[in-house]
Amino acid sequence: MAKKDAPPRWDRKMQQRLARGEAAALGELYDRFASLVHGLAHTVLGDERAADHVTRDVFAHVWEHPDGYDPKQGPLRSWVATLTHRLAVQRLRATETAALARDGGQGSSEELERKVRHASVAARADYIVQSMPVPLRAALELAYFQRRDYRQTAADLGVTEDEARRRLRLGLQLLSTAHDAGAAPGAPPGYGGAA
Amino acid sequence: MNEAQRFPDKDPDDDLGESKQRKQASGPEEAGEPEGTWEDGFGDTAAGADAMSGGNDDGRHPTSGPPPDQPPRIPLPRASVEDTGRPLPALADLGDPAPRDPAPRAAAPLVLEHRVLKALLGAWALAACSPEETAAVEEHLGDCGACADEARRLREAVGLLHPAESLDLDPALRARVLQGCLERRPPRIPVPEWASPYDAETARLDALLQDFGDAEWHAPVRLRWFEKDEPTSRRTTVAGVIAHLLTVDGLVAVALGLEDPMGEVAADRPTPAARTDAYWRASHFPPTRAVRAPWREQTHALVRTVAFTGGAGDAGGGAAGKLAVPYGDFELPLHDAMLDRAFECWVHAEDIADAVDYPYEPPSGSDLHQMVGLAARLLPTVLSARRRAGLAAPPPGRHLVPAGEPGRSLRLEIEGSGGGEWLIPLDSPAAVGSAEHEVAHVALDGAEFCRLAAGHVSPAEAAAGQVGDRAAIRDVLLAAASLSRM
Repeated sequence: MAKKDAPPRWDRKMQQRLARGEAAALGELYDRFASLVHGLAHTVLGDERAADHVTRDVFAHVWEHPDGYDPKQGPLRSWVATLTHRLAVQRLRATETAALARDGGQGSSEELERKVRHASVAARADYIVQSMPVPLRAALELAYFQRRDYRQTAADLGVTEDEARRRLRLGLQLLSTAHDAGAAPGAPPGYGGAA
Repeated sequence: MNEAQRFPDKDPDDDLGESKQRKQASGPEEAGEPEGTWEDGFGDTAAGADAMSGGNDDGRHPTSGPPPDQPPRIPLPRASVEDTGRPLPALADLGDPAPRDPAPRAAAPLVLEHRVLKALLGAWALAACSPEETAAVEEHLGDCGACADEARRLREAVGLLHPAESLDLDPALRARVLQGCLERRPPRIPVPEWASPYDAETARLDALLQDFGDAEWHAPVRLRWFEKDEPTSRRTTVAGVIAHLLTVDGLVAVALGLEDPMGEVAADRPTPAARTDAYWRASHFPPTRAVRAPWREQTHALVRTVAFTGGAGDAGGGAAGKLAVPYGDFELPLHDAMLDRAFECWVHAEDIADAVDYPYEPPSGSDLHQMVGLAARLLPTVLSARRRAGLAAPPPGRHLVPAGEPGRSLRLEIEGSGGGEWLIPLDSPAAVGSAEHEVAHVALDGAEFCRLAAGHVSPAEAAAGQVGDRAAIRDVLLAAASLSRM
């Protein structure tokens, strides 16, 4: 299927249209990224309503500050993902801190940090799975979810066994980078493309 | 449509279809984006793996079988490849230069070298190796720190995998989010009010299509409408319905100076039905999921274009206010055409949802209200055309209401969300609906009225409360059903 507007051209045009104040562009932006945004927010927060709120805040931020996106830094998609991550973690912190205070200081801030870190890794992992090349994802899908061994995976995908092993290893290597950025709270890197 | 039998479920664009069952934020075309983020040959992967070639040196390796799509150019005997093994050029480091016996030996433990074992780590972490290989890997991990480290990392990565929750976004969230944005920063180029039902309905339908697999795309759908006051129907598939929407929306696209989605395909008449027929016929294959992208691109292009050209059309000013969209047998002003397309989009989304047994809600109240308003606006013209054709009763006694004067009217009361009241002048499209001259009153639920206007229920079956002039009511309900078309 030929895509007329593959990124990054699409990204740049979208940014210009948003800056110009085109409401139709905002709709298209939502159509493309809403499930990414809502999904990541839901992974971090584990709550539908809270994810709705973050979704609203993310799109409002992009709509109000389209110039905050720099196409040279990477795809719009990763900028939106990073923004979502930041706002979702902020919200998680606020909710959890409020809960700590309410419950009379039980539970430590360490616990809170652990929770935040865990949620961050899970959200990055989801993003990595969604964004990895389709052949890698398809291999992981077969081996993990459908419990096919690598020979069956190779046969299902019509590739050599070498290739199937390579895809499984590479897919997991990519996924394992979800852990890497966890040490730096506040700055959630790991939403590819900003190389 | 006998092609349908020859190509029952095969979608040429969909070799990796199973991955599309997953919840995806966006199309697979974006899958390669993170390229360059990870240094370890990630860019190669996307390209090499996409080509399904296996990348490295397929055909020269002693794998258990040649890749099906790429037989070795020179079919070397297996033994000699294994003999030469190592010296082959350009072995990527994930390659497998060692001879490997595909038949598991029962007794002797498998002895594999470091590179082979390393290449197996991913499969091992996913428990996707043979027992012999698993044992060999695990023994190796005791000796090799590098592999042990990687093995731990990969195992932890497996722990991050989880089944995608198929969470359908609440369609109402879209309107709420967009509304919130526009309140914070008013748009310089708004989407006209009469285009927003189309914007919302196409987004809803697109979300419904999101997770469809081949079975859904090829599910049979029966399109139903009224023709000559009789129910008519036509069989197609889900993909065929999207093709239908694409070609008929194309009438608006052409009127706006956009590209005609029909391309080279010529219809004998510029009507919705003829265009759809021509499009269906012109394809050697029945429509597939491939029709979704052009349909969606066109819907976005329409909304965008009317926002630019039609913003002033509301008040009847501006060029777009006068722009008419020809449908072959009739034409509609641009803003009515966009409401008509929104209505059709919803009706057919419901057809599709029925066919695949998904729930589907009616449009939001304000959108439904605009759609009912369109039908109410069209009714006087349709009534007079039907009268000329002898399909509706002539006005009794005094008749010919002068243009702009109040005339005999029917009160159409639509209940429920998006409801309201409309006074339909009965004797002339130029007359003004008038409460003083009300001769009949019909009350219906909004969704039921739309089903009537879509030709999905017959006037006789429509659950309508009726008071007053029987003949007038019958004529109006029949006229409403006659608004439907393929």
